[in-house]
Parts: sequence; C-alpha cells; structure tokens
Amino acid sequence: MVAQKITIEPVTRIEGHAKITIHMKEDNQSVDHAYLHVNEFRGFEKFCEGRMVFEMPLITPRICGICPVSHHLAAAKAGDAVLGAPPPRPASLLRELMHMGQIIQSHGMHFFELAGPDLLLGFDADPAIRNVVGLVQNAPDITVKAVQLRKYGQEIIRILGGRRIHPTFAVPGGVNKALSAADRDLILTGLDQAIETTQIAISIMKDWAAKNMEDIQKFAVFPTGYFGLITEENGLELYDGNLRLIGSDGEQLERFPASNYLDFIGEHVENWSYLKFPFYKKLGWPDGVYRVGPLGRLNIIDKIDTPLANEEFKAYRQINGGKPIENTLYYHYSRLIETLFAAERVKVLLDDPDILSKDILNTRHNFQGEGVGVIEAPRGTLIHHYWANENGQIQKLNLIVSTGHNNYAMSKAVDMVAKTYVKGPEIHEGLLNRVEAAVRAHDPCLSCSTHAVGQMPMIIDVVDAAGTTIQTLKRE
Amino acid sequence: MSKPKVATDWMAGCAGCHMSLLDIDERLLQVLELIDLRASPITDLKEADESGVVVGVLEGGINNTANEHQAKLMRSRCKILVALGDCAVFGGVPAMRNFFTIEESLRRAYIETESTVDGFIPTDPELAVPTRVRAVSEVVLVDIHVPGCPPSADVIFHVLSELAQGRIPEIKDENLHWH
Repeated sequence: MVAQKITIEPVTRIEGHAKITIHMKEDNQSVDHAYLHVNEFRGFEKFCEGRMVFEMPLITPRICGICPVSHHLAAAKAGDAVLGAPPPRPASLLRELMHMGQIIQSHGMHFFELAGPDLLLGFDADPAIRNVVGLVQNAPDITVKAVQLRKYGQEIIRILGGRRIHPTFAVPGGVNKALSAADRDLILTGLDQAIETTQIAISIMKDWAAKNMEDIQKFAVFPTGYFGLITEENGLELYDGNLRLIGSDGEQLERFPASNYLDFIGEHVENWSYLKFPFYKKLGWPDGVYRVGPLGRLNIIDKIDTPLANEEFKAYRQINGGKPIENTLYYHYSRLIETLFAAERVKVLLDDPDILSKDILNTRHNFQGEGVGVIEAPRGTLIHHYWANENGQIQKLNLIVSTGHNNYAMSKAVDMVAKTYVKGPEIHEGLLNRVEAAVRAHDPCLSCSTHAVGQMPMIIDVVDAAGTTIQTLKRE
Repeated sequence: MSKPKVATDWMAGCAGCHMSLLDIDERLLQVLELIDLRASPITDLKEADESGVVVGVLEGGINNTANEHQAKLMRSRCKILVALGDCAVFGGVPAMRNFFTIEESLRRAYIETESTVDGFIPTDPELAVPTRVRAVSEVVLVDIHVPGCPPSADVIFHVLSELAQGRIPEIKDENLHWH
C-alpha cells in the first residue's frame, strides 16, 4: 500500500503564505511526519543595501502591514544607534505609546477576527461560516466591540503618525511630531472601553478553556526555552531593555544587551522552508530552540507593572504551578493579558508629565556606523541590525523577525497536532483545521518571516511513502 | 438580486491592504451586508469558487511561481479583477529586488547574513521559485487599479460599495493617491 501525503494550502486566518504537508505512514492510518512550508521569499536583506538609514523606518514597515509599527520603531532604534543619537525621553515615551496602539490593534484583531472563529464558532464549524462574517452573524455585539477595539489601537497610531498603516513618525534620534493636549485627551476618551472589551475577551477565553481542557492538554504541549525583552526587575517589557533567555525549567540561561544578540542567537536553514530557524548558539540546533511572543514573554517575567494585567498574570502563572506554560493554545490567553497591559500602559504614558514635551528630537549625532534596534513586536522579538557608511548609506543589514523565532515551535506544533488528530483513512476537515490552528495560535506574520524569507498560503497534500500525492485538500 | 460574490487573495505584499480593508471599521458590517465574501485570507475557503465570483481582489505583486498561479486562477474565476495597492498596481517596495539578481538576494538571506549558521539556499520542490517582481497587470488583465500604500479605508469602502451596487468605481480626486 502506498502512503499518502495531505497538503493544506493556503493556511488561512494567518498573515502571509504557508502550506502544510502531512506525510502518512505506509498503512495510511497514522501520520509519519508533518511539515510547515513557508514558501515565499522576498529579499529585504539584499534590496535595502544602498538606501539611506533615515529611509529604513519607511521602507521596512512594508515587510508587514499588520505590525508595520514594529518595523518602523525597530528601524528607528537601529538608526538611533547608527547615528549615535539617543532620543530624548519624551520621544521614547511617544514611540512606546504608538507601540501600545499597535499591540492593542494586532492582538485584538488576532483574538477576534483571526483565531476567534475557532474559539467562538468551534474548530469543527462549517468552514463556509468559520470566519469574521460568521462571527458577525452569530455574535454581533461582541464583534462590533472587537472592531472598535482594533479601531482604538489603530487610531492611536494615526493620531501620532498621520495614518493607521505605514505611519511616518519615528526618525533616527526621535520622532517628528509632538503630542497635543487635545490629542492626548482624545486617546484617553476611548481607553475605558478598550479595557472593558479586553476583559470581556479574557472571560470568553477562560470559559473556552474550561470547556475545552482536553484539547488544551493534548494540543501541541512541549518544552522549549523562552525569550524576550524584560525590565530591570523582571517585569513585562515591550519597547526597550535587555533580552532574557530561560530554559524549559524556567531557569535563566542568559541576560544580555540587545546589541550583543549575535553572540547568542544563530539561524539554522532547512531545505523545506524559506523561513530560517533561530536557536540559542550555546546549546546548538535543535537543542537550543525557544519560543517568543505572548506565551514566551509571560514565561520569562515575574510580574507585570500595571495592576489589572498583573492580577490576571498571577492567575495565569498558576496554570502550571509557577513553571513555564507549554500549551500552544494558551498563546491566546497570554495575548489577551498583554493587550490589557498595553491598554493600561497607554494611561501611564499619557499621564507622564513629559508626554506633551516638544523636546522630541536629538540632532547631535555621534556617528557609529553600526547599530542594532530591538523591540518586542506583537509576535515576539524583532531585531534590525544595520551597517552604514559615513554618508549614512546602508552597506548591509541583518533582520531576525518575531515569527522566525517561533519557526521551530510552529513546525513542531503542526507535527504534533497532525499526529494527535489526523488518523486515516477518512480525514475530516475539522481535524485539518486543528492542524492549521496549531500555526494560527502563534499568530505568525509570514510576510515578516519572508522579509527575507517566504509568505504563508496553506494546502494539505497527502503523499505516499514513494512520494506520490494521493489526495490534495484545498478547502473550497 | 443576490449579493455579488467577492474573493480576495494576497501575493507579494505585506497584508497592509487587507488591514486597510478592516480599517473601514463599523462599516465592515455594512459591506458584509452588500457582498458575499468568499475565499479570502480572512476566511477558510481556500480559493475562489470554481463556479466563479463577480469580483476578485488581489493585493501584492507577483514575485514567484506561486503568485503567477494565484493571479491566473483569480483571473479565470472572476468577472472584474481589482489590483489593490501599490504592489499590485506597480510592484511596490518588493520590486526593489529587481535591482539585484535573485541569486544575490538568496545568497544574502540564506548564506551571508551574520546570524546564519551553515546556511544554504532552500530548493525543496514544495517551495515557490522566485522570479522577477511584477505588477499584476504584467501577468493578467486587470480591470480596476487602486493605488496607495495602502489605499485608505475610505477608498476601499468606495470601491467595494460601488462594485456591490453594480457600478464600476471611479478612482479620482481625493481617492487617488500614491503614498
């Protein structure tokens, strides 16, 4: 008997292009191995060569339209370092404020519009309605609130940077516009509703978790390291700070300034994906794999410095008795706790006496020629590294994007979920949707991953041991 | 009259045009009353209905063999094809790659980058093969061009609501911009 290959293409309700191939064993009853292929390559790391440092905050956001602010800010931070022009404090506060807007819009959209259909309508719901339109029909009130939550985050970005997507705001050395008192008050107006909607989302998540504990416990639960920015006192940090790496047992392995990332992080290449696989160099590939993003970040911290999010975090941390949480589906829960933090952090930033200051640009340069900019994008640690000549022209650049760090985890989750749920010979769509959900939980941004690397559609091919495709499932 | 079927897809872009579609905010509910949203990256239908859709929307340029396939498939299944955003209309930022050879770009990404360890260029047959980056109209016939990076939510709302009511949208004046 010939073993089958199932292809899922494209993977939907994720950003970018990917496909999954599931290779069955010869008896076609169980899965031998499943792969996540990120199958597009773009090449920003080459074609930005020759551009000016100050253009990078405008060019690199075109890597990803879901989290353009991450690239905008990481590029500006790398530019600060290249020019030797640390921004004045008010500029850093304003950049962080824009970043919080992005965390709210990106996380909010992921929970409701992308993952929401699985959680609110069910993994096995009819694929024809398992989307945002189905949500509108089934839960109109919460869907309107979700649309407004995303809008709130997007409006913070627009108020600061002139437009919601691909704003122009951060420049090397600072930002190009101060915040007016009227705009500060405008942002404050929507804050309570944003917090309330996030709290509703958290209760939806908890209800879902209580009812679906079996799925949570058998759905891609595995140990890795965890990685991300952190405050001096081990609090949640999304804009600036040192990087911390912990092992699967929760013990700290490294803590280092972001500019030293090359001493610790390497990238491995596999032939079957355009997305590289970052790993911790001292442990090597694949022992040194780790996870980033909401799950990773909440595993490396001891606390959150805003009250509502911290209360929620304390409860969350008890899920695994204080040890790192390994369940892929808890990405959704951790993402919402971060959304709550971002909303509370907006208030802290707006209440800061420096937030309306006009001291927003450092024009005194001490040219360095090389610089690293790191930020916690919604999906994890984003690294921009530039080398420039004395004219400020980029000679070369290296980018490690958030989704890249999770490449091992996504691939592992796809393999595990396929092995757990997909059994031959009849394969149901809802089971294949769970395989996609293994990718979706990580909220991958495959355009980001394919900055250098590919984008993500999804087909499932079922191939036999001889490599012949027996069944191709594209959902129509 | 039944609601017109609309399918969307993204290729070599950044998803920003689809995000700008979501930026129509509460009017999204209005649009969903007017159209029947079929295959799209935000639904779980994988490709446009074989029986056809009225409107096909493509975001992104064409930078590999998979995108060529996507564009041709959408063209063959829709009556009116919309190129949405600067990448679809002109090639956009990703077309900066055309100033280099594909080999140079791949070498930089998978071999030369400072963090890459023992790199090589992936060649698995499952992966799309990179090509020169092109606008959609260089590969298939496009009926409506909507420039902008991304086109604003108001422009997208205008285009969709006009199409939904059986009119070909005019893109001019404040609806025509290139940034």
